[in-house]
Amino acid sequence: MTVDKKLTGTELIIALAGRLDTTTAPQLEAELKANLPGVEHLVLDFAALDYLSSAGLRVLLAAQKQMNKQGDMVVRSVNETIAEIFEVTGFSDILTIE
Amino acid sequence: MKEITLAATVENIEVVTDFVNEQLEAMECPMKAQMLIGIAIDELFGNIAHYAYTPDVGEATVRVEVTENPLSVVITFIDGGVPYDPLATEDPDTTLSAEERDIGGLGIFMVKKSMDEITYRYEGGKNVLSIRKRIGN
Repeated sequence: MTVDKKLTGTELIIALAGRLDTTTAPQLEAELKANLPGVEHLVLDFAALDYLSSAGLRVLLAAQKQMNKQGDMVVRSVNETIAEIFEVTGFSDILTIE
Repeated sequence: MKEITLAATVENIEVVTDFVNEQLEAMECPMKAQMLIGIAIDELFGNIAHYAYTPDVGEATVRVEVTENPLSVVITFIDGGVPYDPLATEDPDTTLSAEERDIGGLGIFMVKKSMDEITYRYEGGKNVLSIRKRIGN
């Protein structure tokens, strides 16, 4: 998985490519931990993300909880498989998906 | 039928995924089914890596088979670790808010929802878990 970051003022855009799974979820977790302080708008761009497993959902949930306290979070450009995962797991009600 | 036997470690999830994808691509499995199977491998082999032999490392076998009528791929995970029936876990409440959410059990729940069939048996001192996914009409 590759992680691309762009910080503009208090907006952080993170674009992921590949798979967000058991092996790679710790990488995103570390990026968020290092970069979220001071961020008010978090955008996760999933255009190039193939899929995510429950390890990825765990990191998204933690990010959503943190952003609920300090601003907002949007998940952008999810593919059909990921949309279905969000639907089945109820994450479509927790996350803001654009 | 093809199978691979290797150390049940988190690092090997990718090896198993590549091995299975090679078979799936050879049978022209649709991309979406391939991705759902990829998620299932991450959940199921990941579970074995995390829990089956803790604190030791043991081996696991992953077998890929094709069945007809309807055309399906069957992937079987076999380990000799502690007996564990993932089908016995209760489904998580998917209606809770972010603050109330507990992520436990979500992985196996996703596998249950995305595969056409899951079977588990404990046989000869081994956990044998199979998933079946239809790949044709």
